[in-house]
Amino acid sequence: MTKPQAIKAAEDRDQPLPEEYFDELEKFIIDMGDTQGALIEILHKAQCIFGYLPRDVQLFIARKLGIPAAEVFGVVSFYSYFTTEPRGRHTISVCMGTACFVRGSDQIIERFKEKLNIESNQITEDGNFTLKDVRCIGACGLSPIVMVDNKVYPRVEEENLDNIIKTYSSEGL
Amino acid sequence: MKICSLDDLSKIRNDRRSLNSRINGRSIEDRIEILVGLATCGISSGAKETQLAFENEIKEKNFKNISVIPVGCIGNCYSEPTVQINVPGQSPVIYGRVHVQDVPEIIEKHIRDGIPVDRLALTNPVDNKQMRIALRHCGLINPEDIFEYLACDGYEALGCAVTQMSPEFIIDEVKKSGLRGRGGGGFPTGVKWEITRAQPGERKYIICNADEGDPGAFMDRSILEGDPHCVLEAMAIGGYALGADQGIIYIRAEYPLAVSRLNTAISQARKLGLLGPNIFGSNFNFDIRIKYGAGAFVCGEETALINSCEGKRGEPNFKPPYPAQKGYWGYPTCVNNVETFANIAPIITKGSSWFASIGTEKSKGTKVFALAGKINNVGLAEVPMGITLRELIYEIGGGIRDGHKFKAIQTGGPSGGVISEEYLDTPIDYDNLIEIGSMMGSGGMIVMDETDNMVNIAKFYLEFSMDESCGRCTPCRIGTKRMYEIINKITSGKGTMADLNSLKQLTYMVRDSSLCGLGQSAPNPVISTMKHFMSEYLAFIPDPRAKLKFNVNKHSRKSKKAD
Amino acid sequence: MLEPKEADDHKEIIPIKINDQNITVPVGITILEAAHQIGIRIPTLCHLDLHDIKMVNKTSSCRVCMVELSKGNNRNDLVPACVTPVTRDMEIRTDTLRAIRARRMAVELLLSNHPNECFTCPKNLECELQALAAELGVRQIRWEGERMDYPKDVSSDAIVKDANKCIYCRRCETMCNEVQTCGILSGIGRGFDSFVGPAFNIPMAESSCTYCGQCVQVCPTAALTEVNHTDKVWEALNDPDKHVVVQTAPAIRAALGELFNMEAGTLVTGKMVTALKRMDFDAVFDTNFGADITVMEEATELIYRMNNEKRLPMLTSCCPAWVKFIEHQFPELLDVPSTCKSPHIMFGTIAKTYYAEKNEIDPDNIVVVSVMPCIAKKAEAKRPELTKDEHNNVDIVITTRELGAMIKEAGIEFAELPESDFDSPMGMASGAAAIFGNTGGVIEAVIRTACEWITGDPLDNVEFDQLRGANGLRKAAIKVGNKELRIGIASGLGNARQLLEQIRDGKEDYDAIEIMACPGGCVAGGGQPYHHGNYEIVRKRQEAIYQEDKNKQLRKAHENIEVLKLYKEYLGEPYGEFAQDLLHTHFEERERI
Repeated sequence: MTKPQAIKAAEDRDQPLPEEYFDELEKFIIDMGDTQGALIEILHKAQCIFGYLPRDVQLFIARKLGIPAAEVFGVVSFYSYFTTEPRGRHTISVCMGTACFVRGSDQIIERFKEKLNIESNQITEDGNFTLKDVRCIGACGLSPIVMVDNKVYPRVEEENLDNIIKTYSSEGL
Repeated sequence: MKICSLDDLSKIRNDRRSLNSRINGRSIEDRIEILVGLATCGISSGAKETQLAFENEIKEKNFKNISVIPVGCIGNCYSEPTVQINVPGQSPVIYGRVHVQDVPEIIEKHIRDGIPVDRLALTNPVDNKQMRIALRHCGLINPEDIFEYLACDGYEALGCAVTQMSPEFIIDEVKKSGLRGRGGGGFPTGVKWEITRAQPGERKYIICNADEGDPGAFMDRSILEGDPHCVLEAMAIGGYALGADQGIIYIRAEYPLAVSRLNTAISQARKLGLLGPNIFGSNFNFDIRIKYGAGAFVCGEETALINSCEGKRGEPNFKPPYPAQKGYWGYPTCVNNVETFANIAPIITKGSSWFASIGTEKSKGTKVFALAGKINNVGLAEVPMGITLRELIYEIGGGIRDGHKFKAIQTGGPSGGVISEEYLDTPIDYDNLIEIGSMMGSGGMIVMDETDNMVNIAKFYLEFSMDESCGRCTPCRIGTKRMYEIINKITSGKGTMADLNSLKQLTYMVRDSSLCGLGQSAPNPVISTMKHFMSEYLAFIPDPRAKLKFNVNKHSRKSKKAD
Repeated sequence: MLEPKEADDHKEIIPIKINDQNITVPVGITILEAAHQIGIRIPTLCHLDLHDIKMVNKTSSCRVCMVELSKGNNRNDLVPACVTPVTRDMEIRTDTLRAIRARRMAVELLLSNHPNECFTCPKNLECELQALAAELGVRQIRWEGERMDYPKDVSSDAIVKDANKCIYCRRCETMCNEVQTCGILSGIGRGFDSFVGPAFNIPMAESSCTYCGQCVQVCPTAALTEVNHTDKVWEALNDPDKHVVVQTAPAIRAALGELFNMEAGTLVTGKMVTALKRMDFDAVFDTNFGADITVMEEATELIYRMNNEKRLPMLTSCCPAWVKFIEHQFPELLDVPSTCKSPHIMFGTIAKTYYAEKNEIDPDNIVVVSVMPCIAKKAEAKRPELTKDEHNNVDIVITTRELGAMIKEAGIEFAELPESDFDSPMGMASGAAAIFGNTGGVIEAVIRTACEWITGDPLDNVEFDQLRGANGLRKAAIKVGNKELRIGIASGLGNARQLLEQIRDGKEDYDAIEIMACPGGCVAGGGQPYHHGNYEIVRKRQEAIYQEDKNKQLRKAHENIEVLKLYKEYLGEPYGEFAQDLLHTHFEERERI
């Protein structure tokens, strides 16, 4: 369900990552001063900057902190919040908390998978959507919940899905 | 400006007297207050738009003496956005599902003409059963304004503690109050503080566990979003009591609003000198940092949480050594849950005997429950320990949705068990829940009706535990997987009686042999559904002859013995 | 999590009860240790206590050591014996149905996620999981579910990583991070799919792994094994056109016997030579010959560097794991190691030049097989700069374990073999070469020669006790004439790191340093017979090595007449131009992942 993503061998990238992103990350690390125990915080920041945590970014962090890259990867692969794959322009998150589950979120995510023709944690062919099942976001009163990027759609029913997808598809074109 | 003494504090409070009356359910003389619930649920339902509409409408109609105040979760999550209107001389009215288009009507009828809009008003017959200690300010004060917190006696407890009380006295008070950990374990908080205080160590830490991972529980989020200062104040009191000058709040990254409100609160408290060096002019120094989780349920376990705080993989360690002996970077560390902290200040100001007078013999005080699932009034309820499930579900929760029939309630999330109808009149406390095969957990309660299949429910929780297993120990890493596979086989109609049997054996083994609480409690949903709803398991087994041979009662009695 | 045990001095003694036996034990010890004292064996798997090298793996993760604690009226607790400390009046039962079942089921669960290929597994009969399944009476695996399915990593020339056989005991991770401080291995992923591997799950060959093989040495299953090269040796032996020369490292003779149920520490030099001859090697030589050449070169280089104010200290460079370590981890210090090739590579070079010329054999047709206690030597032999004239200086490297397997394949009853001597000329070796297998041995051998060369007087006592010892990080001052040589010695890469940091930060001044990657030296190498957590075995091997030195008439490398003849006839001056060309190499900075 809300697993960390599958472990694959190192990826190849088409384009180099922007230099200024690395500068921003480096500045964050330097401003931090004492970096002992700060790995997770830095990874959050890096994911915020780059959108995901590609190998080069993890390696960059390992070297800046003077810790083994294996340690960084061990942490990245442990936590489901971190992703090593680029994400689509929009992320559709379906809450899989209990309250949402008993109100049908499992069906909602299945329909999304069918409609977008992807599995969870995958990106659509056009790069527009990433589908994610997420852990309870604590808004159980509104279950079942779908979040697109930061917008919450409360009490979603199967017939709403097309509309949700359409809203963001037209934007993407 | 810094607050350096209790006098400074009371001066500020006197300037803001008005608020105290709000807390007591009134408005001050000529002022109408519109409280808009702006917690995550509210905002996602459009509460910000509602708030804006009120403000515009008031400006347009040129009303004076009306304030619109953003507050935290009012508790009626099923009817967000929620708005509470306090008119002087009248009892407050709570409206539910107030959208932009409803605003003019409320303004015209209620504010101008003094007639409440019945269409939107929530009838809450339940409030007499509720008793708000941890949620005392939630939905009543602006969580982003420290002065509102100060006005309702905020930081009074801390001020008294550091200027008038010895650490030993505070620990004793907390012990005498009978407060037990609200994260689920139920360990006496005072004792935890005492043990940590007794440890040698040049440095100690106090950590607030805000990694509310239990699916279907959101009380900690509500407290942090609605009243962040009450946690900061309690952490400082705890730090003073056990000799820590640094506090850490470990919070889920999935709670951005709570994070931002905590950050606001921390910087406000620092500005007033309520965090930092020489608090209240004493020589007690204390400050708080925030550490973020990254999506791992197991980090709610205290040793895993500490590892995660240190920036490592959130795997739990064997205890002993306990965190109190060897915690964050090896220093004595005390980990308490958000709701536990929320109870501290009232214990200090009102005394342990007041707190101990609430609740049952072994479980004192109140508990916040997050009611969800097939229930009418989804939301938060804080009730005294000892209330029955029936009261909680039918009186506070408003009964089962859509006229369906109650079937079971799951408490304690994936770590707890299901409770069937026969136990509805059991008074809820830590020990009773364990007795009937579940646990308090963090207080999430998911109600199920007759349309829910209990085997599927068990499978859902098992899948959760399996996915969230850190993988460190064999029983949890492989055992939860195998249990899930068996139950999956059963629900797909391919199971046999032998599968049921091996599932049962596996549940006991995983429970007895796992390293941490996650693994030890992961089989609970299966154990409890097998106990109460074996017929639903049997219904999935295709071979009827085998079914006849299987004597449910005999089997369960036997396994109890082995147990 | 993994702190070493504190000293047990003046600990309180408390009474406890195990299986109805009343005993008294010091407070703070574990149930496992207490039970051991009265001869009760509790099975363990993940637990590994190598106190001598400061490695204690107490993840308490496998849960096969569960025992039952009596809790008065309440339901008894099952606790892991390996980490649970005893407390006063504790009542423990190791033999209840519940405990036995829990232990058996833990193994059963592990097996349900483990490939069913014991027959063909490289660890067959050496596997701790297999042994436990037998010991605990596992007779069925009730759960046939999903298994881990990762590709086998055969990328490197040294280590094979088969994540599907990983039982997640984390011994290798502890070894790699806490003892060796290489930081290559980490727990990866979460839950059922977790395993131990390098960053980004890259192939081992792309990682900064030094191939020290200590992870292989402690892996209870075949998740980490050496690359098997025995078939290549058989092929060479069966090729009539090939002249197959074998050399055996100093540490082999002190450990090989263990594979044939001989007492640890038994020297089997003569039997080993006989076995190799019966396997039809064309010449059975001794790496110790190469070690003597190494001493000649290193002692000359040391004196040269001292006299010409060149970079000091000089670090010995015999250990390929440590060489790779410095290349990845301390590239700024690449000017300190001696440029000498390692002894077996020197041997290979001489075999394909001097030996080939002397015996009029086309070097193309010479196959040099090294039997090494080491896994890193496999990768070393493939380093491009160590191949000359398009020949590998050493063609095939096999470990002690692989040699043992080949002797068994050949049907040789090892224990019954008569003894014989190495062939000439490259079988002659001094006692100085013999001690290359122990920590401190290489530097002691170099000092024996350097001392005599510097002072011009023969040594009264060739044994330098100040250079020996069990401590992983030692220093000593040796008086040489009117000079004092400051020596640093580290075994284990964690200790090496400390030593290198001292040098880098200018905190300590040394003239010469010896580093061996494996804690204890080559006798404890990754390719040696599995010690299964018993470091007493390693100590006995060390004693045997010193005995081999004592047994020798010649104790100093520069007295080896065959070596002297080699220099006279072929190489010229030690550290001279031709010798440097043949016997020296260079190092390069490598990426750190």
